Amino acid sequence: MKIRGRIIRLGDNVDTDVIIPARYLVTHDAEVLAKHVFEDYYPEFRAKASGGAIIVAGENFGLGSSREHAVIALKHSGVKAIVAKSFARIFYRNSINLGLPVLVIREAEGLDRLRDGDEAELDVANGVLTIIKTGEKFSCDKMPEFIMKIIEAGGLINYFLKKNG
Amino acid sequence: MTGLTAIQKVVSRKTGRPRVEVGEIVEAKVDFLMLHEVTGPLAVEEFEKISGKVWDPSRVIVVFDHDVPPSTIDLASQMRRMRSFVKKHGISNFFEIGRGGIAHQVLFEEGFDVPGCLIVGADSHTCTAGATGAVGIGVGSTDAAVVLATGEIWLRVPETMLVEIKGRLRKGVFAKDVALSIVGKIGSNGATYKTIEYSGETVSLMSLSERLTLANLSVETGAKTGIVQTDSKSIEYAECYGKCGGLLEVRSDPDADLERIEMDVSNLEPVVSLPHSVDNVKPVAEVEGLEIDQAFLGSCTNGRLDDLLVASRILKGRRIAPNVRLVVSPASVKVYAEALKTGIIEEIVRAGGIVTSPTCGACLGMSRGVLAEGEVAVSSSNRNFIGRMGDKKSRVFLASPATVAASAVEGKITDPRRLLA
Ligand code: SF4
Repeated sequence: MKIRGRIIRLGDNVDTDVIIPARYLVTHDAEVLAKHVFEDYYPEFRAKASGGAIIVAGENFGLGSSREHAVIALKHSGVKAIVAKSFARIFYRNSINLGLPVLVIREAEGLDRLRDGDEAELDVANGVLTIIKTGEKFSCDKMPEFIMKIIEAGGLINYFLKKNG
Repeated sequence: MTGLTAIQKVVSRKTGRPRVEVGEIVEAKVDFLMLHEVTGPLAVEEFEKISGKVWDPSRVIVVFDHDVPPSTIDLASQMRRMRSFVKKHGISNFFEIGRGGIAHQVLFEEGFDVPGCLIVGADSHTCTAGATGAVGIGVGSTDAAVVLATGEIWLRVPETMLVEIKGRLRKGVFAKDVALSIVGKIGSNGATYKTIEYSGETVSLMSLSERLTLANLSVETGAKTGIVQTDSKSIEYAECYGKCGGLLEVRSDPDADLERIEMDVSNLEPVVSLPHSVDNVKPVAEVEGLEIDQAFLGSCTNGRLDDLLVASRILKGRRIAPNVRLVVSPASVKVYAEALKTGIIEEIVRAGGIVTSPTCGACLGMSRGVLAEGEVAVSSSNRNFIGRMGDKKSRVFLASPATVAASAVEGKITDPRRLLA
């Protein structure tokens, strides 16, 4: 499974309240949520993500509430995968359950060389992120086999249907 | 073979195996599943894609709490959707507007938090159930959908961080100050994926209500759940209800493989979490005198009777500063009724505070006390992220109910010890 997109760089501790504020939790319409993604914090995000993006972030991405709305908003904006130093656990689960690959990049990889706007390719199964222009490679932890199966199925619901169908 | 941690013991029982190992991914049986009106509708929609039948309607709990009664048509519609789901599947543990309160409080009050039970909730603060030794795990809507269909959930057995708390709290220092200090010490990422297990003499001395505050803030360190080791108080609670055959002794074996942290709280002072992260904890003294616009007393962290009582003791015979509004949202209808009966509500209203229906409301900036640009709030809740309680340029300081009440009286952040008789 290979994913291509432009890198969007984000920092540490990006919480679900800034990804999608509570005032929009009155719906789970993906289009409405995507329209308001990062509205207060990074209003240009949607425009940058459209056409396919890979988020590269620091520690503890997605901390805070259990709102799956955050993952829906990101996915529908064009985010194809997230690579971060670490993830908050509910966000991590939610992403997997919705079929969005989330990979942990190793500390020593020198994240500074991954620049905003660079075109990149992520080999999900092998955990390798490549910058297209330079060919430079960064390695991520591979996802456990069980989780990889859910991702490959396109999320937990599809995995369930496949398994029981 | 080394001993087992508390979480290993609970998860082992729920998988029907003698022993599960830390780091293993297992499928565990769920005792109770909680849904509310914000994350519930999406869970129901996903559930309907995979099944027509709820695995066990008697184990599903539906609560309306985030915006009660609803202030928008959209939320009213979400509630209507949940009502028809409840009716269709014959879910009797349904807490309608005016009959429940904030979900985590309702679960506790109605006796669902039995030690050793596995409770999955479509809300991040489901870890509150750990106060009585239940394992509460917060998940998103899709996870909840699969639990609705199967009664099972995939889990990675977490590592344990045992926090041992020693020392008696000084006057004016509360469980909230301890809980915030723990988050400050561990950091907002310090216990990610782990279980925090609370032990020590300070914890033994705490009431169940105080333990709810402690367990509630576990998730702010990234933890999967928080468990207060069981003792006579939690066992007494369990015996009153006994809704499911729980595991009464919930604590790690002495030789279990875990990480230990010790804290001595005998010299702890009242603290606040500064914007915009919960782990940005400082003594109240460092920000004393900062002017506020709103004081909020409520939430699943600190909206219980003892919280309202300590606030009313500070408010009695005083008036709230003219530049401040005090918003009080009792955590449940039971808390509200009890606070009415004991005159607490009257003290709050006489002092100039406003009491809302039991709801999350202001805690997440959804209704009943939303902040405008540039406003400052001191709040007894658990999160102070950018825009959490309203405008992105508002600021939230988290503190104990006593600090909230004292600050409301003075119109600025205030050390409650000066106003506590
Ligand atoms: S009171 Fe606040 S933290 Fe607690 S469940 Fe409600 S919104 Fe979440």
